[in-house]
Amino acid sequence: MTTLYTKDHEYLSIDGDTATVGITDYAQNSLGDVVFVELPAVGKQLTKGGDAAVVESVKAASDVYAPISGEVVAVNDKLPDAPGTINEDPAGAGWFFKIRIKDKAELDGLMDEAAYQAFVAELG
Amino acid sequence: MDPTDRPLQHTPLHAAHVAAGARMVPFAGYDMPVQYPLGVLGEHLWTREQAGLFDVSHMGQAFVIGPDWETTACAIEALVPADILNLKPGYQRYSQLLDENGGILDDLMVTRSNYQGCEGWAYLVVNAACKETDFPHIAARLPAGVTLKRADDLALLALQGPAAVAVLEKLVPGIGDLGFMQFRALKVDGAHYHITRCGYTGEDGFEICVAAKDVVALWERLLGDERVKPIGLGARDSLRLEAGLCLYGHDIDTGTSPIEAGLNWSIQKRRREEGGFPGASRIQRELRDGAGRLRVGIRPEGRQPAREGADIMADGRKVGTVTSGGFGPSVNGPVAMGYVERGFASEGQKLTLMVRGKELAATVAALPFTPHRYARTKS
Repeated sequence: MTTLYTKDHEYLSIDGDTATVGITDYAQNSLGDVVFVELPAVGKQLTKGGDAAVVESVKAASDVYAPISGEVVAVNDKLPDAPGTINEDPAGAGWFFKIRIKDKAELDGLMDEAAYQAFVAELG
Repeated sequence: MDPTDRPLQHTPLHAAHVAAGARMVPFAGYDMPVQYPLGVLGEHLWTREQAGLFDVSHMGQAFVIGPDWETTACAIEALVPADILNLKPGYQRYSQLLDENGGILDDLMVTRSNYQGCEGWAYLVVNAACKETDFPHIAARLPAGVTLKRADDLALLALQGPAAVAVLEKLVPGIGDLGFMQFRALKVDGAHYHITRCGYTGEDGFEICVAAKDVVALWERLLGDERVKPIGLGARDSLRLEAGLCLYGHDIDTGTSPIEAGLNWSIQKRRREEGGFPGASRIQRELRDGAGRLRVGIRPEGRQPAREGADIMADGRKVGTVTSGGFGPSVNGPVAMGYVERGFASEGQKLTLMVRGKELAATVAALPFTPHRYARTKS
């Protein structure tokens, strides 16, 4: 399983033609305590760069954009009632949704782990 | 937040905040801690359960100095609608600096000195973001013989929460006798403390004014008590919002009057009748006839917060705007304040908020969202 990253601090864990999407540890740390999350409906067709989810901390609201195009095949139902999971375990239990990858070519511009860590390090 | 390119100012505690792992953000021209490693949620709840320590040294402190209290009080009463003349020595009042239209230039605290030899002194605390305009505004309107003395060499701490009194008693025995909105000046280990029992969280607590050179020692001493944790601006905002307290520049500004803002309680009877403050005719009219719109508390349904700027709808049209909104950690749900037309301001009124392009059901709710737990005033 490969994990890729976007410049908007989302991760995609790729398993065959499906990707599990969430926000990175850097993103959850920047947001602060998450108090609300809105997930897309299962079956929704997402377009790369379009709105996919909403996360809100005590202070601010933030959009989560679809990192790639495809159909939502599962969402993390436990998240809306326990949004703090996103802070506690962003890469694990805090996942947002699973998407069926429409076009693997869209993965080309994404960063691998090393590139993402370098990207975050540059942000300071 | 600061649109200018001026370098950010530091309070005397800046290095202490950085050393404590605070996330620093620009606020009102200062580099201030928005949160410490505990995080906004934890800091908020800690303050409601134990005691939170806030660095509010960025706020504007000054003295209005006249030959006697009557002269000083009358000079201040020309600028604010509160009864300052009848304030007793060692007591504090909340008021607003008003413009000629009765709009709010800033809100502030006014304390009457009970210091021997300083009978004609009033102590003011104004908002950080407004101090550079407030102080010239005040100074330019004082009569001959009354002066404004800025106190930029003073720092200010707030210690807030149910444990605040027990914590401060250890340093200042007997301070628990101080009533809500009362002031005492004293000396501890060679440092002058000006202590007022007040705050901006809805909890019991104190604001302690000390010389900038003494504030680091006091900060560390207070944090040495395990009941005390440092609290950033993030939790300061969520605490005051739950307490239903106005934030200048958001819930009140020159476009709002104290009556629209529901601050009638801060305008005492004599001033309502006599007037004699900027915008008095409008404020007296609104007191008589009611204001056209009112600040209200709002509880959105569900868990999604409605933020500042969200339109408030009812009867299929816009009836107001959210001026503060977020998640209330003690309420464990979203809370907001905003202005609505008078006909929609009753508790229980159903509203619709436009949040990120979607309709969110909400209800007008009583303020505060979290009951105030101020110390009872002693006389």
